[in-house]
Amino acid sequence: MMTLLHNDFVLEIIRLVLYAVGLIAFAAFNAAYLSLLERKIPSWFQLRYGPKEVGWWGLLQPVADGIKLLTKQLLVQRGADVVLFKLAPAMVIIPAIMCLATIPFSETLVPRNINLGLLVIFSFSAIHVIGTMLGGWASYNKYASIAAARVVAQNIAYEIPLLLILVSLVMITHSFNLHTIVDQQAGGFWHWNVLRLSASPLMPVAFIIYFICMLAESNRAPFDMVEAESELIAGAFTEYSGMGFGLFFIAEYANIVVGCALGTILFLGGWHCPFGLLPGLHWFLIKMYFLCFTVIWVRWSFPRTQFYGLLNLSWKVLIPIALANLMITAIMLKLF
Amino acid sequence: MSIEAKSIHRETFVINLGPQHPATHGVLRIKLTMDGEYIDDAEPIIGYGHRMHEKMGENRTYAKFLPNTARMDYVAALFNSFGYVGAVERLAGITVPERAEYIRVITAELNRVASHLLWAGAFLIDLGGFTPLLYTFDDREQILDLLESVTGARLTFCYYRFGGVCNDIDDEFVAGTRQFITRLRSRMPMYHALITKNIIFRKRCEGIGPITADVCRRYGGTGPVLRGAGVAYDVRKAEPYSAYPQFDFNVPVYPESDCMARYLVRMDEIVESLRIIEQALDKLPAGPVMAEKVPRFLKPPKGECYFNVESARGSFGVRAISDGTDKAYRMKLRSPCFSNLSLFQECSRGMLLADALALLGSLDLVIPDIDR
Amino acid sequence: MTLAELSTQLQALQGSTVTATDHSKQGVNLDVTITSNMIPEVARLMGEAKFALEAITGVDWLAEQQIEIVYDFTCYATGVRVAARTRVSRETPEVASISAVHPGANWHERESHDFFGITFTGHPGLIPLLLPEDADFHPLRKDYGT
Repeated sequence: MMTLLHNDFVLEIIRLVLYAVGLIAFAAFNAAYLSLLERKIPSWFQLRYGPKEVGWWGLLQPVADGIKLLTKQLLVQRGADVVLFKLAPAMVIIPAIMCLATIPFSETLVPRNINLGLLVIFSFSAIHVIGTMLGGWASYNKYASIAAARVVAQNIAYEIPLLLILVSLVMITHSFNLHTIVDQQAGGFWHWNVLRLSASPLMPVAFIIYFICMLAESNRAPFDMVEAESELIAGAFTEYSGMGFGLFFIAEYANIVVGCALGTILFLGGWHCPFGLLPGLHWFLIKMYFLCFTVIWVRWSFPRTQFYGLLNLSWKVLIPIALANLMITAIMLKLF
Repeated sequence: MSIEAKSIHRETFVINLGPQHPATHGVLRIKLTMDGEYIDDAEPIIGYGHRMHEKMGENRTYAKFLPNTARMDYVAALFNSFGYVGAVERLAGITVPERAEYIRVITAELNRVASHLLWAGAFLIDLGGFTPLLYTFDDREQILDLLESVTGARLTFCYYRFGGVCNDIDDEFVAGTRQFITRLRSRMPMYHALITKNIIFRKRCEGIGPITADVCRRYGGTGPVLRGAGVAYDVRKAEPYSAYPQFDFNVPVYPESDCMARYLVRMDEIVESLRIIEQALDKLPAGPVMAEKVPRFLKPPKGECYFNVESARGSFGVRAISDGTDKAYRMKLRSPCFSNLSLFQECSRGMLLADALALLGSLDLVIPDIDR
Repeated sequence: MTLAELSTQLQALQGSTVTATDHSKQGVNLDVTITSNMIPEVARLMGEAKFALEAITGVDWLAEQQIEIVYDFTCYATGVRVAARTRVSRETPEVASISAVHPGANWHERESHDFFGITFTGHPGLIPLLLPEDADFHPLRKDYGT
């Protein structure tokens, strides 16, 4: 037994299993309780109570929702492509969880510290688009097909400014490694990338663009073209019932968590304290959940954008600014 | 255009918007022929909630038909009653006491405010913004409480009678209404900050869904839809009825003809209605609320008349024909939504689906009013 | 166009009787009775005078074996209201459609077709509007259901 534990390979396996279980639990826990917050937070905006019957403060509401979704039958519409229809939710949820694998939650708590961590996240997060599109396409439903076409156009439009921002960020930090990027921001909030004006005066703008793109990429209001309940009923998820829908739901929140975690790491100094004191996991979580709160806040404050307005915003506003940011960063790097 | 139309292969598909759809606010079905996300043709199919109110108007006594009127446009139920009792009073030659006319105006205008508030919230839901609905509902709830205290109902009011109203208003109602006027006035800037100034809302409404004055005329569109097209037509001014000539109020008009204009017309109408209510409360005369000598079984003399009122949605008209018996010979109910929806097919052509739904929402449809 | 001018023009139409009515009693300013073949002429005239069609009302006069059709026009600029009425036989109620001049008449005519079985010739699609699509009855006829 002792020899086994000394075996690095076995240790690594145990570590992997623990992290895998932990990450899935983290994703599921966040989906459950962000969905509770998604009801509680707007209830404060909207002069109402929100869930309060199931458990104290509605704390068991996500459990009740989970049971409800699990006990519902997963119906497959006649004419639907059964394989793709059933595969799509998995294709959306798995990449979202995979993305979490390279996120450094604190100095020591990182599932897999890969040199190309940033690249891995963007490779995986691109897959969920395909999953949503296939889900809409395989549903054999016209509303879902419209949503499937929308999701592709939307994600192509918003990947570009997002990647342009990240390219300029990588130019500044000289690293794809998320751990290294966070380490560079130690010391205090004036060291954070969002305020690194010496590298590029447009950094705060870049952060805002990142946030907007993150909303669009995770199909959140005001850019929730894929769901657009007042136009397309439930968009790509119209035909999904039970846990099929539930997986899309979890994936949406997992994507938000990934997006907010990444925003924290890239721009807000990760686990570092704003005043250089007591760095650790708690700072990371505070910043990440603050961003999550902002995402919810935005959703309940704005109406949905028009689809062409969404594309115009990306192609005519965000991409030129992101390009300008890239140029300025390059020039500043060369000059100083 | 013609060259393109010939050389490019266009594939259209038909999609059913409704009868159950979040954006249709009831059992309205729109058969959309779509070219991608663009609408080639949108044919409204109505009648899912048809109850044949006009026949019911013929086969029951005048008084028995009264509650039916509230079931048509249930969001602004008092206006339908107003039109109906107005027509019957005109037919039977009943004069309504001054105080009753004032009370009718006060309650009807309160109902108009409630209807417009509900519309504003529901319109925002059509555009994907959920929060304003809860605020407008909060204010509407105050109105419903007030109306409940005097009419006994919260939605399908049956308050007006031939020759007056069935209950007098008390000091509590007057005080409550004054309090509400102050409250809503102080909240209007909040609505403008929350909705009108919202950049996404403006983008989705300005220049979207044009309905010109000419289209309105050809289709008989009335109400805020017409006034949002720059025509200052309001039945309260054009064919003054009840106590309206005694009040000073403006008819808000916006010439832009888009969704924003229709939204602003309604928001301004709320303010104007509050002014009317305030004046009516100030000038409220004493006296009876029911005309004397209205027979229990009303038998208007042989004849025919038309009476129309400015409902929250436009011109609601009643053409009543009496043959001298206790039942109407014909009771035509002209609903504003019916005409307002009929122009949708022409106006939505070539629009994007989401814009067309903004247009549909801005018409302020109540489907049972269309179906009758 | 003033009310008097309009009245003169309507009076000039063949077979028309124009009555100026008391708005406070009848709810209309002008009441025009005309033969059914002149309805398109009236519609054209009202269209030129910038009147909007407010409603089309059918009335079944069982005793006279006639069906009356009342067209309510209103002018947004002046608030003047004109009712044009015509009578057709109850057996074959037929009148020309005015939906080309007043597109809004399309639905009103379909509704009257539903309720009274009036045939509006030249109507683009006289299919049931409010009644079920296979409805072959006309509920507002006085002998319906007896």
